Amino acid sequence: MKTFATMLGAAAVLLASGSAALCARTDLVVGVVLEPPHLDPTAGAAAAIDEIVYANVFEGLTRIGPNGEVEPALAESWEVSDDGLTYNFKLREGVTFHDGTTFEAEDVKFSLDRARAEDSTNAQKVLFSAIENVEAVDPTTVRVTLKHPQGAFPYNMGWGDAVIVAPESADANKEKPVGTGPFKFDNWAKGASVTISKYADYWGKPVALEKAEFRFIPDAAAAVPALLSGDVQAFTNLQAGDALPQIEADPRFEVVIGATEGETILATNNGKAPFDNLKVRQAIAHALNRDEIILGASSGNGVPIGSHFSPANAAYIDLTDTYPHDVEKAKALLAEAGHPDGFSATLKLPPPPYARQGGEIVASQLREIGIELEIIPVEWAQWLEQVFTNKDYDLSIVSHTEPNDINIYARDDYYFNYNNPAFDAVMEELDATTDPDKRKELFGTAQRIIAEDAVNGFLFQMPKTGVWDAKLEGMWENAPIQANDLTKVRWTD
Amino acid sequence: MTAYLAKRLAIGLATLLVASLVVFSVLEILPGDPARIMLGLNASPEALEALRSQMGLDRPVVLRYLDWLAGMATGDFGRSYTYSSPVIELVAERVSVSLPLALMALALSTAIAIPVGIFAAARRGRLSDTIAMGIAQVGVAIPNFWFAMLLVYIFAVGLRLVPAGGFPGWGEDWGGVWQGFKALLLPAVALALPQAAILSRVTRSAMLEVMGEDYIRTARAKGLPRRAVLWRHALRNALIPVLTILGLQFAFLLAGTIIIENVFYLPGLGRLIFQAISQRDLIVVEGVVMLLVASIIVINLLVDICYAIADPRLRTGR
Repeated sequence: MKTFATMLGAAAVLLASGSAALCARTDLVVGVVLEPPHLDPTAGAAAAIDEIVYANVFEGLTRIGPNGEVEPALAESWEVSDDGLTYNFKLREGVTFHDGTTFEAEDVKFSLDRARAEDSTNAQKVLFSAIENVEAVDPTTVRVTLKHPQGAFPYNMGWGDAVIVAPESADANKEKPVGTGPFKFDNWAKGASVTISKYADYWGKPVALEKAEFRFIPDAAAAVPALLSGDVQAFTNLQAGDALPQIEADPRFEVVIGATEGETILATNNGKAPFDNLKVRQAIAHALNRDEIILGASSGNGVPIGSHFSPANAAYIDLTDTYPHDVEKAKALLAEAGHPDGFSATLKLPPPPYARQGGEIVASQLREIGIELEIIPVEWAQWLEQVFTNKDYDLSIVSHTEPNDINIYARDDYYFNYNNPAFDAVMEELDATTDPDKRKELFGTAQRIIAEDAVNGFLFQMPKTGVWDAKLEGMWENAPIQANDLTKVRWTD
Repeated sequence: MTAYLAKRLAIGLATLLVASLVVFSVLEILPGDPARIMLGLNASPEALEALRSQMGLDRPVVLRYLDWLAGMATGDFGRSYTYSSPVIELVAERVSVSLPLALMALALSTAIAIPVGIFAAARRGRLSDTIAMGIAQVGVAIPNFWFAMLLVYIFAVGLRLVPAGGFPGWGEDWGGVWQGFKALLLPAVALALPQAAILSRVTRSAMLEVMGEDYIRTARAKGLPRRAVLWRHALRNALIPVLTILGLQFAFLLAGTIIIENVFYLPGLGRLIFQAISQRDLIVVEGVVMLLVASIIVINLLVDICYAIADPRLRTGR
């Protein structure tokens, strides 16, 4: 280890002497863990797609900003009718796609109709399910009529799955994406990298970077030397583990721990005995010690949560004290539920370290109140089939990374097997509400219901460990949506 | 010689057919629905159905197997579920990294191992032999990913002579080729040294065995110089086990290098297979495995031919 330190010191000296020559750089290499299967965000759920093209290459009517707020994008502004059923979007003028074709209302109609069509393979079809009709009133006006009011509609239109594509190029977007964003797609060296470059005819403020490359580095042990050698200048989410303190101590780099939309939960099969008993679930909630879990599963980074909601969201309420860590109380509840000596169950764990490492801690915490867990490690494919699709599980640990996804608790056939008409009613009311304050209040009620019902064990919000060259600015601190927005990134000197 | 080759070729084809059946059935019973993996947790059942029928997954198994065989026979390996580009193109891209890397590593390991092996055999029992074989022992024992990381920290992070990883492609001109070569240099060294360690030990013991033979004593007795005996008589006869190991090592270097590919994040064949398996991109897995089986059969055939060249007795079939 000492030799490593010496070598690192040598590297630092070399870097310091070499960097003076590099002023006002306009190129950037960003390291990402996963390679996307293709580059069409309207035809796949993989977060890796959005993490390259969202906001950079493709834009939607609206967009989600760095703190999760809805901002105008291709729609300059919009108006909602009083009954909440009609949205009039006023589109920007002078917008072109990267292949030179003009963007107008017909493209919006095409994109939305394509996404909600019968044979559409859009992974988030539910975003468009409320749409009754899309009409191109004139080249710069689109009128969307809804089947029922949907308060989250402008937010939904900001998802990567709802970006606007052109009929001329839509079918080829998987290989050669053509959007309206400030960067155009250059090249995809499969297995190695995707390169994008500045689009000269962009409608808005031009980006500072001329060229950006997303380089795929799946192995965390390879990511650290890539950063130290200067090959890669930014990692939006680096799983550096033990190497993080070393990087933090290095003045060349900035380490920013932000929040993601990933609620990490102890998923519980509410439809299966004994977990169908509220007292058992409450006992589990009392037995969990979130701080210990965060320390072991996420190197101590991550915000404890008491419900299925992101602390970065304005409507978040802190419910971590609903069932505080209390082993005696947990035992008492378990006895009341008819299991004074506890019981045994299974815990199926998918591959990520937060699940595998967190699982062992959860198992030892539940053992204290007499619940013996048999740990079954599963592959993602098995997890999807056994736990998610067939609901053949007792407990599992997983992070739900979709933004604003508390509505999954209203789905009848979702794998939690949770059913509460009161919660469903809140979700329906939320859908029908457009007033921001009222929506906030309803989100609060929803968080409280599932926290009190102890539907799942709510553990922590996944952190986002951004690491980049200290001379870079404009990188996102949080990840309110799956994206690596480079539009405001620039080098300072 | 012709009969010998024909027999080898027939065995090779039969192996391919059996392999195809095994590969296809194993992947068929593997849990995990490719469509579900592509569309993710919140996908609607309709979208899943639409995608399954687009990918042809709703057709009977036997039909799909026969279609696949017929396709391969005409050189059509199908289209990747995830990348939606032809499998053969994906493989070609990866081979342009894996094959040069394997050849570089193989050349390096041969260039080091054979002279070291012969040298050690010629000085059997002396200090130089002990040292050479001691180093080889360490080389066999060192995990190659650890050695790779060490190389990265010294040559990429410390000295900054080469990139820490990645592969920029072969480029358009000689400058581009040089960049590509530089990117493969550390991985080739990391792969070659453990292989060289094994190969030098094999060479040494093969040489020692041959040098105990009567004809070596005869050659020495008739007055041939030591060096000539070593290179002309002993080495040629010791080549058979060395060739066998070389064939095995080349097959390993072509696709078994996933760990090194991960350390240097190279877009090689190993990572393609790994990725395809975890994404249940079955058609890619099937195609790549079949191509690997085929190339290993070809390598073995080449090794067999080399045996025949090295040993005339095999040519005449006696």
